[in-house]
Amino acid sequence: MQEKALSPTVSTERITLTINGTSQQVEVEVWTSLLDLLREHLDLTGTKKGCDHGQCGACTILLDGKRINSCLTLAVMHDGAELTTIEGLAQDGELHPVQQAFIDHDAFQCGYCTPGQICSTIGLINEGKAKTLDDIRDLMSGNICRCGAYTNIVKVLQEAIERNQNL
Amino acid sequence: MVTKQIGKPQNRVDGRDKVTGRARYAAEFSATDLAYGVVVSSAIAKGKIKEMDTSEALRVEGVLDIFTSENRPKLASYDSSFQDEDAPPGSPFRPLFNRDILFNMQPIALVVAETYELARYAASLVKVEYETEEHVTNFEAERTNAYEPEEYKSTPPPDPWGKPETALKEAEHRISEVYSHPSQHHNPMEMHASTAIWEGDGRITVYDKIQGVLNSQEYIMGVFGLAKEDVRVLSPFVGGAFGSGLRPQYQLFMAVMATLELKRSVRVVLTRPQMFSFGHRPKTVQQLSLGASADGTLEAVVHHAFAETSRFEDYSEDVIIWPGVLYKCENVKLSHKLVGLDVYTPLDMRAPGGTTGIFALECAIDELSYKVGMDPVEFRLKNYSVKDQNVNKPFSSKELQECYRQGAELFGWKNRNPQPRSMREGHNLIGWGVANGAWEATQKPSGAKAVLTKEGKLTVSSATADIGTGTYTIMSQIAAECMGLPIENVEFKLGDSSLPQSPLEGGSWTASTVGSAVKLVCEKLGEKLLELAQESDDSPFKEVSIEEVEFTDGQMRLKEDTSVAIPLTQLLKENQKDSVQVEAESKPADEQENYSPYSHSVVFVEVNVDEDLGTIKVTRVVSAVAGGRILNPKTAWSQILGGVVWGIGMALEEYSVMDHQYGRFINHDLAEYHVPVNADVHDVEVIFVDEEDQIVNPLGVKGLGEIGIVSVAPAIANAVYHATGKRVRDLPITLDKVM
Ligand code: FES
Ligand code: FES
Repeated sequence: MQEKALSPTVSTERITLTINGTSQQVEVEVWTSLLDLLREHLDLTGTKKGCDHGQCGACTILLDGKRINSCLTLAVMHDGAELTTIEGLAQDGELHPVQQAFIDHDAFQCGYCTPGQICSTIGLINEGKAKTLDDIRDLMSGNICRCGAYTNIVKVLQEAIERNQNL
Repeated sequence: MVTKQIGKPQNRVDGRDKVTGRARYAAEFSATDLAYGVVVSSAIAKGKIKEMDTSEALRVEGVLDIFTSENRPKLASYDSSFQDEDAPPGSPFRPLFNRDILFNMQPIALVVAETYELARYAASLVKVEYETEEHVTNFEAERTNAYEPEEYKSTPPPDPWGKPETALKEAEHRISEVYSHPSQHHNPMEMHASTAIWEGDGRITVYDKIQGVLNSQEYIMGVFGLAKEDVRVLSPFVGGAFGSGLRPQYQLFMAVMATLELKRSVRVVLTRPQMFSFGHRPKTVQQLSLGASADGTLEAVVHHAFAETSRFEDYSEDVIIWPGVLYKCENVKLSHKLVGLDVYTPLDMRAPGGTTGIFALECAIDELSYKVGMDPVEFRLKNYSVKDQNVNKPFSSKELQECYRQGAELFGWKNRNPQPRSMREGHNLIGWGVANGAWEATQKPSGAKAVLTKEGKLTVSSATADIGTGTYTIMSQIAAECMGLPIENVEFKLGDSSLPQSPLEGGSWTASTVGSAVKLVCEKLGEKLLELAQESDDSPFKEVSIEEVEFTDGQMRLKEDTSVAIPLTQLLKENQKDSVQVEAESKPADEQENYSPYSHSVVFVEVNVDEDLGTIKVTRVVSAVAGGRILNPKTAWSQILGGVVWGIGMALEEYSVMDHQYGRFINHDLAEYHVPVNADVHDVEVIFVDEEDQIVNPLGVKGLGEIGIVSVAPAIANAVYHATGKRVRDLPITLDKVM
């Protein structure tokens, strides 16, 4: 075999991330997406990859409370950020109300889009933008569910929004 | 059967794993020293690889190896070694077998590296020179060469009956039209992936995205010459499949090959564009001629289907059997021909054949009802079938009339003005359409195992799959019901090749097939427990037969005198047993042979069509299903809902566009291949009508995976006609076609 000469010029950076409440330093190559960092390097495989191109929403996580597609951003760009992934939603074994509502409304089938749908749901509730049924449907349309659980996902949001309005 | 569990809207038993991210899919199992494989895809559709230069890629630090047809390990060469449980007749594709290119995006190399990013980068450095041959991907152009395959994968077309041609000519009302849909791709959200783990000594464990672990295991044994005990395949969670996971796909081949060669664990995940490179619903064109008498009796059906296949396998599906199933008609002629193209072999996609054939038939029937001047529901009911004329057998049960009654009522069908373009709201034209459908309710042989421990925990298992269908949940319910245990005490295991044999998870037969095996193994467990009780001479169960006992509230007790009872935990402890284990194999009963078992459905749809823009919105859907006994209304509802969403996709959106210049599906990603999103789905109501069926299988269930989709696309097409007065017979119904 020829000598190994060709190395891509990819540097490694050390960044600090707070993931699900725990601050940690990670060494990350600059070409690694935030999604791949989670899935392949930190074994946080709850965040899913459905396209790697920002077209499906399976990789949705909460970055400083806002929902983002983690496949569309490089990990190195987020030094100091606070991330919440699906693994970080339950507290002391108690499910987040949105997680429980997904179970109760059967808002998934295969479960592959589900972490993204749940993070997106929480992100949308945080945004406070969805007022009507049509709002919910529109603002959740970045998360594809090929199993077609949409009607039940919408019920989770309707319920959550009603609850918030009653507060 | 006392029903404490069956029929209950139980939450999914795997729900917690799925909402917390704990459920792991094929690409998510870790291994020490895991290497990553990235597949290089062919850029041409037909020809040969003249030269492949991997030198630059190999010089990248961290690249472990690159596998091509030139340096691949020795493989089996017979077709039979590559043929899997779902293989159509023909010669299966053999990855990296030689330099021949049979279809665009054919896998031609695997780059394996220390990290995913490195493998992906190195794959971009592989240079390929081709010797291009002219490909044929144009269905219309090739249709003149359509042929009848020597062997059908599907039911061969039934012989004609009656005098179809004469009856058609003499019919008072006639329609003769062509209906078509393009190729469509499954696109489960999880991309196909395999993680092959090197266990040492030539043994591997593989996590694969597959609808039947035994199929993958057999494939690996056949292709790589491994012994059964050296390969274990697991697939505990599958991120959707809809048929795409019926056959072992090439990422499995690649991961296993690299693992065996490198003696190191390897993961291969396909990209979304590569998800368009291994099987799809075949483009199908159907010519349908129907004739009816003045009073609306269906007199003649002539149905010819032309469907796409590859050059190397004769794929066919049940497109033309539906007139014989759905309508009573004395004069019928059917044919099904294949059009061979330079594409990968098509692959069963949710309700294969049914979705296609029922779309054409139900649109044609609707057209004929207008010719006759009858309400589309009334016309269908007039020609209602009570037996399956293809095989001349009665249905095991058919509550379709009840579906019509309840569905029409909930939808408000009686308020419909039959005149097209007669209903509107502002600039929206409103249309109401209907269609009915059916799907076969099959039971296949299956094994199952049950283990009851002295702590009262029951584990039941079978090598089946749960692709989102609810298998884990409904099997747990059946077992809990049979043994009289709380569902929390029951665990169902699947997706492991070391478990008892079970067929591929597909065709809507899992509930009936595996469910029957679970029921049987629990009955055997019951018998064994009774025997155990009878071992002691002073047992109150000494002289009783199994028919005289029941299992309930964690006890075995006498039906006649329920005070004679023993907790199962106590029974095992008293007999010094840590656990009791039984296995069983269930088979369909001979009696089934005399009947034709089908589930049925009617779908009512409302669409809004913007008169100015041509945009179509499916505002209301009522799906009424006769699907036998419903094991779990909650997961069942989701199954039907999923089918409705798929029907909306098929009717209005899904279209894999073939670019004939390159012979490639050009819209191969989720931005360009449209599937329904949340905003495309509005009100959906599901009705399950009561249907008792003692014949179909011991549980009386019919399966729900496919029945939810079959009637949806034609109901939408019929609603679009009612709204606009335009018949669109070529799917998808996009705005340009209704303007
Ligand atoms: S994986 Fe990020 S949007 Fe699809
Ligand atoms: S639950 Fe399967 S893709 Fe949404």
